[in-house]
Amino acid sequence: MFASVVRSVTRRSFSTSRWAAAQQMTVRDALNSAIDEEMQRDDRVFIMGEEVALYDGAYKVSRGLLKKYGENRVIDTPITEAGFCGMAVGAAMGGLRPICEFMTFNFAMQAIDQIINSAAKTYYMSAGKINVPIVFRGPNGAAAGVAAQHSQCYGAWFAHCPGLKVVSPYNSEDCKGLLKAAIRDPDPVVFLENELLYGVQYPMSDEALTKDFVLPIGKAKVERVGKHITLVAHSKAVELALEAANELAGKGIEAEVINLRSLRPLDMDTIAQSVVKTNHLISIEQGWPQCGIGAEISARIMESEAFYYLESPVIRITGVDTPMPYAKSLEQKALPVPSDIVDVTNRLLGLSQ
Amino acid sequence: MISNIVSKFIFRRTIVLYRCKIRMESNFCYTNELSFINKMYSPVIPTYRVLNNEYIQKSPTVQEIEMDTNLLVKMYTTMISLNIIDTMLYECQRQGRISFYMTNFGEEAVQIGSAAALLSDDIVYAQYRESGILLWRGLNFSDLINQCYGNCKDKNKGRQMPVHYGSKEYKFVTLSSPLTTQLPQAVGAAYGLKQMQKNLCIVCYFGEGAASEGDAHAALNFAATLICPVIFICRNNQYAISTPIQQQYGGDGIAARGPAYGINTIRVDGNDIIAMYNATKFAREYTIQEKKPVLIEAMTYRIGHHSTSDNSTMYRSNQEINSHKNKIPIVLFKKYLEQFNLWDMNKEENFINFNKKTVLEAITIAEKHKIPSWEDLFTDVYYKMPNHISHPVVEETGWLV
Ligand SMILES: Cc1ncc(C[n+]2csc(CCOP(=O)(O)OP(=O)(O)O)c2C)c(N)n1
Ligand SMILES: [Mg+2]
Repeated sequence: MFASVVRSVTRRSFSTSRWAAAQQMTVRDALNSAIDEEMQRDDRVFIMGEEVALYDGAYKVSRGLLKKYGENRVIDTPITEAGFCGMAVGAAMGGLRPICEFMTFNFAMQAIDQIINSAAKTYYMSAGKINVPIVFRGPNGAAAGVAAQHSQCYGAWFAHCPGLKVVSPYNSEDCKGLLKAAIRDPDPVVFLENELLYGVQYPMSDEALTKDFVLPIGKAKVERVGKHITLVAHSKAVELALEAANELAGKGIEAEVINLRSLRPLDMDTIAQSVVKTNHLISIEQGWPQCGIGAEISARIMESEAFYYLESPVIRITGVDTPMPYAKSLEQKALPVPSDIVDVTNRLLGLSQ
Repeated sequence: MISNIVSKFIFRRTIVLYRCKIRMESNFCYTNELSFINKMYSPVIPTYRVLNNEYIQKSPTVQEIEMDTNLLVKMYTTMISLNIIDTMLYECQRQGRISFYMTNFGEEAVQIGSAAALLSDDIVYAQYRESGILLWRGLNFSDLINQCYGNCKDKNKGRQMPVHYGSKEYKFVTLSSPLTTQLPQAVGAAYGLKQMQKNLCIVCYFGEGAASEGDAHAALNFAATLICPVIFICRNNQYAISTPIQQQYGGDGIAARGPAYGINTIRVDGNDIIAMYNATKFAREYTIQEKKPVLIEAMTYRIGHHSTSDNSTMYRSNQEINSHKNKIPIVLFKKYLEQFNLWDMNKEENFINFNKKTVLEAITIAEKHKIPSWEDLFTDVYYKMPNHISHPVVEETGWLV
């Protein structure tokens, strides 16, 4: 936890000039304000989950909402993920706009049938008669010191499924703009947050502070412009890519960093355009390698025109292909770090280290 | 071979059908009065207790409860040991020495009373607040401590969060974090015991919060229909993190569900270790003899925070917590033992001082142990290590090695 805060502080130090005047906001507050604003805007929106009301949510994302909107719209549930997820799906079918919070996406596994077999497919199966406007949200991915069953990325799992939209935001602006979009979306959206980023502050532009700030789902963001290599990542891995890019810049290598924001739809245009310019591509994610987001990006580049612009193979940098261990020493070894990205970049560009 | 299986299967089916027929005939009755049924047909299930308390004037004597006095003292000292290790590891977490911890304060009797009534080969499927069973069965302080530190002496190789113990030796299945998954697994394991015709049972512990998961329904229903030797012990400690029982269920608690599934059920005062012992013994005799499930609901109170990530004063008053402090099992049991001269202040002081020292030493040693080796990241993913894992660097960086 501490390490992540320190890292983000160093990260900000190189981008201060651009954001000098911007207001800082934590990811948690950004999510909270997105829900708050959408609940205010549309009284069909409600939030439901374990400990979301009285306790303000396991990670305090729903802080203050019970007081403001009452217990009909901020609902504590018994411990039955499959049950409350199913109820939320039903409420969405019935015309409401539920936000279904999972304490972590690990516990959403109890409810995955409702998400994939019901939420994602009902619009199709009913020939467009019943849509399911619902947001499934909660922390996803590697956390710290919580081991195999609390520390894994479900991005690839959900991104595999037609009918779902899958969002994996990085910073506060992403979180606010994309969560608002997800709540307004007529389709089911899986919204993957990151526990280690909740408490981190990021700059918010004036526009992002307004109630109309909505980011498009399915559009990636170029976080840093460069011409020598493309680094594509989502969620916390964007931070790793930015750190690596910063280090590389010191050696005269300009890495272009793409923050995917959405995993489905996947914004291949932005990636391909970048590859055409840089001729090199590395994907970075904290999840496992096999059938991961990087694997998908790599395959789609192979199938596209951009392939002919590549001067070296696409490389995936991922979490290690084992369940997450608890011991800190092992946990650190199980996850990618910026120096992995720097090393791979050096190899790809044929530079000595 | 095949015909044997088929005949067995047919035999079993006929028995089941026969049973159903009887049930249908004897359970039907008709009425011309249209009304709802709810509480009037199911009075509040009484709570079994033995030790003296505000409602029963006099506790039975040691002779009357027919238990060995050494056993009684061992039960008490294990409760204290659990308290000591909880206090010290909790403190370790507060000082940042370990990342997480969960205490058992207030629930010592549920764990140790039941553990004492089981055979040491009975297999335990627990939730996470049952470390007392391991202590009862003989696991060392240092084993618990090394697990919480995730060091190289941790028998589970630093793989699991603190308090997620597991011990093959002590028949304690490695804990799993997703709630209630242990319940249907326990039924499956009990079915295995039955198939192998072992005179043992499975004992499955869970919280009243966990009982809300669909898996709890599946487990109770399967245990009843497959007819398996499993004892379900629900620790009803009134809270699931911040969620009080009033928000967890309607109706008369977890015990009320037992009869609906056709399962023999006992509600017991979980703060009364003798009651807990008797109930478990009674349940065990029945389950071993009949190979049928039993549900025990132990009524208790979680004195501590849910975990070190929780601050329970955010959702319950100090007044509420304090009102439970004179009913806590250690206090109740100590009074009882003192009354019959089985325990005294002196013994207590010596025992606490000695064990505190032992725990402290074990912690000091645990902190000096090395961290687990990096190879432990890759072993045990599969029974036989596949090539791609045996060359992790190759997998991670492709052609770069
Ligand atoms: C499937 C699942 N959902 C949610 C959680 C988070 N969680 C961990 S413990 C807990 C409360 C359980 O309460 P209870 O079963 O009453 O046990 P107690 O902590 O009171 O001993 C919750 C909600 C989880 N571990 N698994
Ligand atoms: Mg409980």
